[in-house]
Amino acid sequence: MDNYNNLSASEKAQAAELQRMIAVEQQKAQFQAQVHNFTDICWDKCMDRPSSKLDYRTETCLVSCVERFIDTTLTITNRFSQMVQKGAH
Amino acid sequence: MEGFGSDFSAGGSGDKLDANTIMEQVKVQIAVANAQELLKRVTDKCFKKCISRPGNSLDNSEQKCLAMCMDRYMDTWNTVSKTYNSRLQKERSHM
Repeated sequence: MDNYNNLSASEKAQAAELQRMIAVEQQKAQFQAQVHNFTDICWDKCMDRPSSKLDYRTETCLVSCVERFIDTTLTITNRFSQMVQKGAH
Repeated sequence: MEGFGSDFSAGGSGDKLDANTIMEQVKVQIAVANAQELLKRVTDKCFKKCISRPGNSLDNSEQKCLAMCMDRYMDTWNTVSKTYNSRLQKERSHM
């Protein structure tokens, strides 16, 4: 963004700093949105009946669920990009 | 009711852009949106888990189930968040 011709140098610096801080918050929000999605998916995979404590088995399942979901995303993405590069359908 | 947009001038020094005030508001708005998202998803998941056949009112066992379900959903959220965060760090160190 360089639409700030009417601003002084210090105001421009302030605007740039503000943009940087907002980008950081945006990244945090994106992280949280992703956690919401993973939680949704892995809750369905791993949780039977909610009990009074999160048991060890469920917790292990949740950790694996997140890791394998990310692996799946990477695998599919790679395969898809190969497919696109080859021009195959 | 204050006018629309009054949020963007509150607390600032006159008409000058106050970065700290803006950032506070950005953070609050993100936190509120996050809480709303969580609330929506917990309600959805726990309704499915705990209310198998809706009756005339929420009975005692359903209310107990909902309470536990909500607590476990929070635990799940935290476990997922930790796992995802450490995975991100691992991936970054490999780049």
